[in-house]
Amino acid sequence: MALGLEAKLGDNVMTSTLDYIVNWGRENSLWPFVYGTACCAIEFMSTAASLHDISRYGAEVVRFSPRQADLLLVCGTVSYKQAPILKRIYEQMPEPKWVIAIGACASSGGIYDNYCTVQGIDTIIPVDVYISGCPPRPEAILDALMKIQDQIRGESVLVDRHKEFKGILD
Amino acid sequence: MNATALENFQAAFPDATCKAVLDSVVIDVQPDKLESTLAGLKNDPAFNCGLLLDVTGIDYRDYPETKDARFYVVYTVRNWQDNLLVQVRTPVADPEKGIPTATHLFGSALWGEREVWDQYGINFQNHPDLRRILNHYQFEGHPLRKDYDIRKGQVCIGNDSLEKEIRARLANNGVAESTMKDINTEIMFLNLGPSHPATHGAIRLLTALDGETIMANVNEIGYLHRGFEKTSENLTYNQIIPLTDRLNYCSSMMNNIAYVKAVESWLGVEITERAQFMRVVLSEFYRVLDHLVCIAANMVDMGGLTNYWYLYNEKEAAYDFISRLTGARLTSSFTRIGGMYRDFYEGWESDLELHLRDIEKGIGDSIKLVLKNRIVHDRTKGVCVLSAEDALSYGFTGPTLRASGVPFDLRKDAPYYNYESFDFEIPVGSEGDIYDRIMIRFEEMFQSIRIIRQAMKFIPEGSVFIEDSQVVLPPKADVYNNIEGLANHFKLIFEGVKTPAGEWYDSYEAANGELGFHFVSDGSGRPYKLKVRPPCFYIMGGFHKMVEGNMIADAVINLGSINIIGGELDR
Ligand code: SF4
Repeated sequence: MALGLEAKLGDNVMTSTLDYIVNWGRENSLWPFVYGTACCAIEFMSTAASLHDISRYGAEVVRFSPRQADLLLVCGTVSYKQAPILKRIYEQMPEPKWVIAIGACASSGGIYDNYCTVQGIDTIIPVDVYISGCPPRPEAILDALMKIQDQIRGESVLVDRHKEFKGILD
Repeated sequence: MNATALENFQAAFPDATCKAVLDSVVIDVQPDKLESTLAGLKNDPAFNCGLLLDVTGIDYRDYPETKDARFYVVYTVRNWQDNLLVQVRTPVADPEKGIPTATHLFGSALWGEREVWDQYGINFQNHPDLRRILNHYQFEGHPLRKDYDIRKGQVCIGNDSLEKEIRARLANNGVAESTMKDINTEIMFLNLGPSHPATHGAIRLLTALDGETIMANVNEIGYLHRGFEKTSENLTYNQIIPLTDRLNYCSSMMNNIAYVKAVESWLGVEITERAQFMRVVLSEFYRVLDHLVCIAANMVDMGGLTNYWYLYNEKEAAYDFISRLTGARLTSSFTRIGGMYRDFYEGWESDLELHLRDIEKGIGDSIKLVLKNRIVHDRTKGVCVLSAEDALSYGFTGPTLRASGVPFDLRKDAPYYNYESFDFEIPVGSEGDIYDRIMIRFEEMFQSIRIIRQAMKFIPEGSVFIEDSQVVLPPKADVYNNIEGLANHFKLIFEGVKTPAGEWYDSYEAANGELGFHFVSDGSGRPYKLKVRPPCFYIMGGFHKMVEGNMIADAVINLGSINIIGGELDR
């Protein structure tokens, strides 16, 4: 039974907070941009394929243009040669946007502690969720997606995200 | 290598010293004789070495034995018809001055020598396009030199425009400045990648278009350069195995096998019969998986998403099956020097058969969709044709070479692990177009399944490890219960498997072609130098030969049909 204002307005009207409604929409229709560079991207393919089926979380609309995406999935090793490209892609994505670092390489450089590999993409762009594993299993990628959903639920449309971030390329 | 063959070489190249190493002939020449030696090897019908497999440099700065020059360059060439492998070595007295180029003899030298310049800073006189290839254009120094610190990263800002290169390519293809300015034929530059859905990884294609026709094409790679070779110099031989997984990650175990096979060949280790059969079964299984992904992705590029599900679902199921054996879905690390990590599990054989049947069904379904499909035919037949001559010149191997009509396959031409006793065929194309490349992969999957079934029928029982305490780890019971076992374990883990000092090259037929490893050992448990000869690298080096004159949309499916895998391409 409806109470207060809702009781007055009748059966067809519900009230809520703006944040709640917007976040509900955002969390269930994340459009990922897959920045797949290496082995981990193969596991993303599995996550998207029939068995693990990422569309159960509303995130199956994989975009190949950063301008249409709000979730950046970095799957694989990022070298110094790629770093400016990754940064450019991130900057092209409209706000609000979230980033998942998939696998050891994207999170920390992984087994490649050497002259050509960026030691974690968080030296270039801000990261929201990290996934361990080399490569992580598809379940882990889905788990990260749910973590992002949780995070979105706690956010407010009025607060800007990651304004002060400074990376090695800034 | 028999003695007469060696004498023939010595007679043909009197100024050089020739010696036999494993199955190859190694010729040491001075730089002034390098050109004539390579030309002789290529053009003399007695040698007929038309396939330049690889070019690499060596830095002997920290090598225990002093050499007459700090740097050497090694060219590896092959006569594919008679299974003749030759390495030509030449000292480089002054890297700035360098040595003469071989680009006028072999197309594959274009990229091979660029890589040597990039990694070692050795100049090649008269090379038409000597610049960075794996490292970024703002990089300073040469990372594979022994005095370059492995941790010294260099930040890159921005991108190389490649404008000079594409204009040179246009001029080379006979497109004059005036045509480019003419309003009717104005050339448009179109950049694809490095992050583009059709590149399946990070590769950058720059094209100059007239309408939709590609007038010139220049490609940039190196976006996934992860320093495999430098990292390997600091690891023991067994520690490198996980790194090899990540070369061609669609068929990780093939890299594992190729790598340990190369080390074992130098150690003179003959692995057990059972291990050999296991390696055959697993190689062929992974060949199937690799081709599945390649064709599935290629069909998506063409717009056939249904094919993708038919093929990819089988691969997905196979991943779980593989993880039951190796513990990992993708990165298997399943081999060890001297054998395998462990034996097949109980019930493997029936599981395998089930998967083979599913795979056959998936392939069958997919073939039904493409074989008589007008769209597939129109888009692939006679498109992006590559002649056998060009394919050989650019160092192509594997299915892409065979599609151009050259029946070279190491499993037939230089058999290992009893491949000569299996009953299978090597499919060969007639046109060298995209259609042939796709169909050859389809057919190879059926042939691989044939080999697997034969091998599973004849696989003997027994150990999967040789017995040699210098090479393989002792059983765990010994490690925990007696001091000899413990000491043995400790030594092998910390110092690695010791290989005799020397240099050698060994190769293996991977899903994409000849996967070779060139080692330099200083006698310790870590390689002094390790160079991979990746099949993709040279195939990508000849990409412009396939696409120029075709449409931009064809370039996209052509890229899918040659199966470029970043991990292997850029290492
Ligand atoms: S984390 Fe492992 S699997 Fe993923 S890209 Fe890096 S090396 Fe490959």
